[in-house]
Amino acid sequence: MNPVNYLYLSALLFTIGAAGVLIRRNAIVVFMCVELMLNACNLAFVTFSRLHGNLDGQIIAFFTMVVAAAEVVVGLAIIVSIYRTRHSASVDDANLMKL
Amino acid sequence: MMSLAASASQTSTGEAVQFWVLGTVAVLGALGTVLMKKAVHSALSLAGTMIVLAVFYLAQGAYFLGVVQIVVYTGAIMMLFLFVVMLVGITAADSLKETLKGQRWWAAICGIGFGVLLIAGIANASLHTFTGTGAANSAQGGNVPGLARLLFTTYVWAFELTGALLITAAIGAMVLTHRERTEERRTQRELAEARVREGTQVTPLPAPGTYARHNAVDIPGLLPDGTISEASVSSTLRERGQIRDVSRDALRRLAELDQRSEEWLERRGVAGASRWEPGRRKGLPGAGSGDDPADPADPAEHAADHAEEGAK
Repeated sequence: MNPVNYLYLSALLFTIGAAGVLIRRNAIVVFMCVELMLNACNLAFVTFSRLHGNLDGQIIAFFTMVVAAAEVVVGLAIIVSIYRTRHSASVDDANLMKL
Repeated sequence: MMSLAASASQTSTGEAVQFWVLGTVAVLGALGTVLMKKAVHSALSLAGTMIVLAVFYLAQGAYFLGVVQIVVYTGAIMMLFLFVVMLVGITAADSLKETLKGQRWWAAICGIGFGVLLIAGIANASLHTFTGTGAANSAQGGNVPGLARLLFTTYVWAFELTGALLITAAIGAMVLTHRERTEERRTQRELAEARVREGTQVTPLPAPGTYARHNAVDIPGLLPDGTISEASVSSTLRERGQIRDVSRDALRRLAELDQRSEEWLERRGVAGASRWEPGRRKGLPGAGSGDDPADPADPAEHAADHAEEGAK
């Protein structure tokens, strides 16, 4: 097996995650799909690190994880505060800024 | 060794088998994340995919990232997701009807087109020689020292910035979820005074399950006339219709008990046992066939009779 298959898997996971973001309307599930896309990118970074034979790709994947953690914390806090005021976790209901 | 195998352009057979088996699991987990109706199931599918990815990192020589993936992603981030699902997602039913017409089909078409483009791009790239991470790992005496050297030399500025980012995120989460108390907390005394003033329910609420056969919280307590007490179960359960009315059952059990005790005492015939059937008593749900003239009015009185008999 050629290790490039890891890249195909990564592309597939990223695509599934992107489709999930478009399809689902529960904000929590949308968030999970974003996490799936980030994970797919990490897999690609690690595979590229193997391709080039240096560790920079792994460092970038590490930074992606840090950013994902920060993003999840703030995003879930936003979801919880929206749920408190609007009693809904659906992204369709958060339309207060619509004209 | 995995790192030795990683230095060729072809992986070992073991890694190939692992890839095809676990890769299938990863794709199924990703599909489950998108397609599962309940948020909890989505979260569990995503956790499975993340664990598979951790195994892939380990197989490709990224030992530190493999462990961090399990500890940070499946350990911390997915737990955070599950916490929020418990706070929010269970009650917030994800309505599955489309608000935008044809959105799902367009999303699926866009996804497939995007995937085809991405995969075709990878297929066209000349990715035939994989250097492998073995040499890079052993250059600094291991994967973790190698990463640490890069992190604290080349990428030290980005590393400092992530520190600032994490602190900002932590403070942001606290600010967003903090709720200012607008009125003073009422003391126990004030609550009691308010209760007496309103006069609706001064005494504590009755406990569930009293005189019924079970003492679970979803089984209302029975009043002396055998009907259920609505106030003894939580209003949430009442509204969901999840209370279990066992008043009939309780009365039947009581009748059986009575029959058995009378048989044991050899006091009267078995005919006396039918007197406590709920349909034959006044004031019970389902009553209507009239009451037995020979029936004593109160079960308590009846029990006192028994006690007297036993004392003799």
